[in-house]
Amino acid sequence: MAELGRAALLVTLGLAAYALLVGAYAASTHRRRLAESARNALVASFFSTLVAAVVLAAAFVRDDFSLRYVTERSSKALPTPYKLSAFWGGQEGSLLLWLLVLTGYAALAVWLNRRRAADLVLWVTPVLGGITVAFAWLVTGVASPFATHAAPPDGLGLTPSLQNPYMATHPPALYLGYVGLAVPWAFAMGALLAGRTDERWIVATRRWTLVAWASLGIGQLLGAHWAYLEVGWGGYFAWDPVENAALMPWLAATAFLHSVMIQEKRGMLKVWNVVLVSLAFCLSIFGTFLTRSGIVNSIHSFTQSSIGPWFLAFIIVAVAVSVALIAWRLPLLRSRTKLESLVSREAAFMYNNLLLVALCLTVLWGVAWPILSEAVRGEAVVVGRPYYDFFLRVFGLPLLLLMGIGPLVAWRRASLRGLLRTFLGPSVFALMVGAVLLALGAGSSIPGLIAYTFSAFVIGAIAIEFWRGTTARRALSSESWPAAFASLIGRNRRRYGGYVVHFAIVLLAIGIAGSSAYDSVVEGRLAKGESLEVSGYTLTYARLVEREASNATEVRAKVLVNRGGADLGTLEAGKNAYSVEQQVSNEIGLRTDYLRAEDLFVIAEQVNDDGSVYFRVFVKPLVNLIWLAGLVFLGGSLIALWPDAREQRRLATRFAEAATPAGSAPPP
Amino acid sequence: MTAALVLAALLTVAAVVAVAFPFLREPEPATDVVGELDAFERRRLALAEERDRALAALQELEADHRARRISDEDYRSLVGPLRREAAQALQELDVERQDYPARS
Repeated sequence: MAELGRAALLVTLGLAAYALLVGAYAASTHRRRLAESARNALVASFFSTLVAAVVLAAAFVRDDFSLRYVTERSSKALPTPYKLSAFWGGQEGSLLLWLLVLTGYAALAVWLNRRRAADLVLWVTPVLGGITVAFAWLVTGVASPFATHAAPPDGLGLTPSLQNPYMATHPPALYLGYVGLAVPWAFAMGALLAGRTDERWIVATRRWTLVAWASLGIGQLLGAHWAYLEVGWGGYFAWDPVENAALMPWLAATAFLHSVMIQEKRGMLKVWNVVLVSLAFCLSIFGTFLTRSGIVNSIHSFTQSSIGPWFLAFIIVAVAVSVALIAWRLPLLRSRTKLESLVSREAAFMYNNLLLVALCLTVLWGVAWPILSEAVRGEAVVVGRPYYDFFLRVFGLPLLLLMGIGPLVAWRRASLRGLLRTFLGPSVFALMVGAVLLALGAGSSIPGLIAYTFSAFVIGAIAIEFWRGTTARRALSSESWPAAFASLIGRNRRRYGGYVVHFAIVLLAIGIAGSSAYDSVVEGRLAKGESLEVSGYTLTYARLVEREASNATEVRAKVLVNRGGADLGTLEAGKNAYSVEQQVSNEIGLRTDYLRAEDLFVIAEQVNDDGSVYFRVFVKPLVNLIWLAGLVFLGGSLIALWPDAREQRRLATRFAEAATPAGSAPPP
Repeated sequence: MTAALVLAALLTVAAVVAVAFPFLREPEPATDVVGELDAFERRRLALAEERDRALAALQELEADHRARRISDEDYRSLVGPLRREAAQALQELDVERQDYPARS
């Protein structure tokens, strides 16, 4: 069936090229049927890509080792769920997944907006067609997943660290995020090409941006959890270049989601918004380039390949198109309104934007500097954790505080007296929390203490916002408390969904501060019966066991855990030896104490021939708040992105009104 | 091999039909032009956007004041300019409507 897969991808390439060329011609000459034909081509490209994806998935399930890609990523002994996730375990398959998600997004975006924003879709079609051409070319001409060879009796298997349930969720979530950013960029470019620089493109793409941004956020948290459980080094985020590659577009998209509100509320920052959406998209392509080209050494990156120059060319084209169109439409993007005061909500949003972009560019510099240094001077330079941690504190802590300040400040301007009155409650609460934590010994890490105090301020601000809003709704409608609360959120989902997301970020900040600033670590070589102590826990190495699993030999050190004389059970930490893949993985032992809100994390670093084991043991306070933050983040994002029919009606009415001839009444 | 080639041919035919569909459905349409806003309509759209923005800002200010997010002092200093802005946008839109030539 490799022929069918190859043919389907060629059809996708042809359809995308048609959408690009004919779509651009139709848009510039206003030819309706031709434009519809180009749009249909873009929609059809999703179905042809789906056929290719189904063919590849079937080849994995059927152990069709005549496909080189299947041979190199799978084996007969590999459990079926991992055979399916091996689809995106390598270069060619992950590019096909990229293309599938891209064509899916493109088809949905142009189809759903074909009536609501017809004049925009006219230009969006060739832009999305252009992006699709680039990726369709990669999987047909450069890195085809359907290359064949003489079928061996069995495959080489899947890398052990990828044989994990997170493999089924983390890469697709990240791809939904990376690729999703193509939609707002295409609409922004479409708006510039069409000369429609009003609010329409922003409303048409806001939810797409939210979906992409939320997916990217969830994808990163899933990856962090995966790293924490599976990679076995005791952490969850290592500022690895490829991890940074996902963080950068997320930061740019976060800035965009905030600054877009200033355009909607005040008609300002039109240029800035187009710049941000272009930055987010170009960074998502840059991130894919980092992973695919093999230019950086990372646990995530694939081997050296020939697709790097293609990606680089694509990034250059995307940047050039963005800059040229913005420069061309600059007169249309100028705003009539100006910032009235440096103490206002829009000013707070702008400070937030500056900090987010500064953090994003700092991370970009940390990723790019080693690459540039090696290219120019021939020296490999390592930008390590201290660099990133320093800038995370410098930009991240003020950002955290701004999450509490922004919602409390009025649009346009706020008086000093009004500010003092609004800030009093959250400030007192934050200072009390800070004082209590200081008394409990949290002063051992000043950044940690500041993070907790700022977090308390934000929680106080969010609580007051919900309280005031619910009270006001009750006063208006005499509803019960729960009904008033639900109606408050339902009537302004973006605002209150945003507060829920802010709360998730606070949980994340508390979890990161707790697990990194206040963690404990002990390591040592233990013979059977020997113990080590960490943060009140006593760990005694009991014995070593060896057992056979379906595709690996498991060696486990059994460790008895005791705290204050109480037996807390047994933990197992060790190694898995994968015979087909000829690789060994670390398998950690983990005990979560929900009452103490901490994890006991055991790594068996080295199992010696004499039966002794070299252990590394961590106690990580509050680390589970990071994973809880993911759930809250998802909930808040869903609230914020839920469709609002009123807004669509308002825009439709406005558009019809603008096109209504003199003397006739505007439509209802 | 043969089955794969047949399926590939079917896929190609389906793609061609999808692309040609607008021309198959309407071989001789009354009009084949995409309606776009002209310069006058764009101007009116911009004014309508400004009007809606000013009215929404007024509505939000009232709600924030009611919820005691905004002090009386701030409310008084903000509500006057916002009302003027909304009135000006409405007035400009009215003038534009009067001057706007009807579409034939």
